Amino acid sequence: MSLRTPLNDAKNHGSAHSGTMHFWFQRVTGIASVPLTLFLIILGIYLTGQSNEGIMATLKNPFVALGLIATVIVFAWHMKLGMQVIIEDYVHGKWAKYAGLLANIGFSVFIALVGIFSILKISFGA
Amino acid sequence: MLAPKPESNNETVKIMSIHSERPLSPHLMIYKPMLTMMISMMHRITGAILYFGALFLVWWLAAAAAGPEYFSLVHGYLTSWLGLLVLFGFTWALIHHLIGGLKHFLWDTGAGFERPMLEILAIFSALSSPALAVVVWAIAYLVR
Repeated sequence: MSLRTPLNDAKNHGSAHSGTMHFWFQRVTGIASVPLTLFLIILGIYLTGQSNEGIMATLKNPFVALGLIATVIVFAWHMKLGMQVIIEDYVHGKWAKYAGLLANIGFSVFIALVGIFSILKISFGA
Repeated sequence: MLAPKPESNNETVKIMSIHSERPLSPHLMIYKPMLTMMISMMHRITGAILYFGALFLVWWLAAAAAGPEYFSLVHGYLTSWLGLLVLFGFTWALIHHLIGGLKHFLWDTGAGFERPMLEILAIFSALSSPALAVVVWAIAYLVR
């Protein structure tokens, strides 16, 4: 017999015990992704047809590097949230679901780490 | 214990089998395919495509960090005709997901759910994303 009231159970927590933060960060990272996607498209247009040396010089530019780091972080976060929902919707086996959810976190973190490390290495001397 | 015992009662067995075979959400097979539904599915599909497309972006960045030889190898792959085709596909998916995301922000305000508007938004996202992808690539090749 718990002394917790039903209201206390409901506050900030749905049946998944994670409240609305998943939805909220899906939207926050989605809003951030709008200018970052435009940045990525403009960067792609700018780099088209450039020599490899020209591309490296552009990637070394601090504003481009900061934009790319922001893009990698926000995209990886948004990806993690989105793929989590896909797995929760379609994978119902208990072990398969948890394996999928863990693999999703691993993949998203891998994308973020490799992306950030590569951009820093290019900026600080590659 | 409210669940009935699975005895020889045929009606009980039938009810239980219906319960166990009840389709889980989202069960797509029972609906007639509609434009709004297809575009909604495309949002999730393009999201999944871009999820794996992030590998290409990070591979390319890692190659740039690895040194000029490996970078020219990877850059060569990505600018081959097959690489360019894949990159065009990702551009299309990215713009489709961007337009779909903007549509969701509109829906978050409670607007845009009315009948004609819903169809207009679906047709707009279906047509604008390939068109904008072509425009982006045309600009890239014109200003190169």
